Amino acid sequence: MKRKLTPYIFLSPILIGMLVLSVGPILVSFIASFTQWDIVSPPQWIGAGNYKEIVSSDLFWQVLRNTFYYVALAVPLTIVLSLFLAIAVNRKLKGIGLFRTVYFLPVVTSMVAVAIVWGWLYNPEYGLINYVLRSWFGVQGPAWLRDPNWAMPAMIIVGVWKALGYNMMIFLAGLQSVPDEYYEAARLDGANTRQRFFSITLPMLTPTIFFVLVVTLIGSFQVFEQTYILTRGGPANATLTISYFIFQNAFQFFRMGYASALAYVLFAIVFVLTLIQLRYQKKWVFYQ
Amino acid sequence: MLAPFLWMLATSLKDQTGAMAIPPQWLPNQLHFENYSDVADKFRFGLFTFNSLKISILSTFGQLLSCSLAAYAFARMKFRGKEIIFYALLVTMMIPYQVTMIPVFYVIRLLGWVDSHNALIIPSFFGGTFGGAAFGTFLLRQFFETIPREMEDAATIDGAGKFRIYWDIFLPLSKPALATLGLFVFMGSWNDLLQPVIYLSSYDKMTLTVALASLQSSQETFQYNILMAGTVLSIIPILILFVFMQKYFVKGFVLSGIKG
Repeated sequence: MKRKLTPYIFLSPILIGMLVLSVGPILVSFIASFTQWDIVSPPQWIGAGNYKEIVSSDLFWQVLRNTFYYVALAVPLTIVLSLFLAIAVNRKLKGIGLFRTVYFLPVVTSMVAVAIVWGWLYNPEYGLINYVLRSWFGVQGPAWLRDPNWAMPAMIIVGVWKALGYNMMIFLAGLQSVPDEYYEAARLDGANTRQRFFSITLPMLTPTIFFVLVVTLIGSFQVFEQTYILTRGGPANATLTISYFIFQNAFQFFRMGYASALAYVLFAIVFVLTLIQLRYQKKWVFYQ
Repeated sequence: MLAPFLWMLATSLKDQTGAMAIPPQWLPNQLHFENYSDVADKFRFGLFTFNSLKISILSTFGQLLSCSLAAYAFARMKFRGKEIIFYALLVTMMIPYQVTMIPVFYVIRLLGWVDSHNALIIPSFFGGTFGGAAFGTFLLRQFFETIPREMEDAATIDGAGKFRIYWDIFLPLSKPALATLGLFVFMGSWNDLLQPVIYLSSYDKMTLTVALASLQSSQETFQYNILMAGTVLSIIPILILFVFMQKYFVKGFVLSGIKG
């Protein structure tokens, strides 16, 4: 009898955790999304009320627009820049340890620290960025985080910068896994650098690109710390993305039901997007 | 790449007027190391560092324990529901954290752990709150499966029970994998902002991340040198860890990709 239970005893912490911290909450959250609930008093059933409110709320649609704005810029930028950096760096092999420390630094540093430093860099009067713009380029820099038009691009830059090291490393691994023989053969056939890149490197890299795409996409929907530190969603809700919006509704306005509904909307979006990517990968990802 | 960090370091050593100088100066006139002692004492960053350390170390321990136990079960035991549990675990990794965070908050509240470090530590003994369980369990399971069976066979013949085998054989042999996972968990906990913000309200209990965040919002205009000192302080531990255990860090990141 005891022997049969042993596996479950070993599994019990994780199993309990799964129930109480994962599976349970997923279900509870779903039910909560149909209620009005402020945590202190019992939830009240309101049917599809939250969802109706979401659909008819101008603020929500702005949040969605903001979120997609962020994603649409951050994801391609991240992929292209990290790939570019990885290619540029692919030759250097000396001092790999120090080099790795440098480009991994933003990755292991907390987003809080990173955001604070960038927030200071972005300061319109005292910040380094506007100073450089002024003195090197003679351009009057915008008010960055206080300007509704520039706040989001500023946030995107921070996010992309932080993730560069990680994605660059992934692309490096991908680049180094392309067999040299392919390049040799191409060279023998007279292919130039550009042709080698587009006919060999890029196709061989598509699985890696796919991976980076999926991971970056999912991550970009969950941006929270940057917003919390830099803008709190402002100015004028310009940087209010869905992740922060959910946080606001849950832990600042204590509208748990509404927040749960929002969370499920987010879940649905991410789920659908991931499915679409998985479907489409057959068309452009080259597996051996 | 490095520029923001260098700027942060430079600013942290300036005096207040130096930090706010227009045009900005790269190097401080004088090295004001007292910014650091100020931030540690006046702004109590020493206490917050201790809080963060305590939470991160205990969380790491808890997560390593719970995940390794489960990984051992998956790697070496047969039992009903093995597949289902495995896939369920996999699924939990794919849910955005916003979906679970509200009910989890409610549970923590029921347990009376709001405004207590328990909220941040105890869940990790059950796998952690945001998908960490799955990642850790898979990573360790992968590693455990590479351990040759002869080792346990010898022990079993000597009469050792499953737990002894786990504790005396598997764990010691898995130090690299445990280090990799541990670093990852530590980093996640150390850098975490969301959970301390949600759960902690007493000043004394704050972690570095939250403390930094409030320092930043209260310093809207002036003491950027102090703020930068605080920021540098918050990075130092993780930096030290990174410099010494680089290869484990990188491995952890690479492996987190295989999950995808």
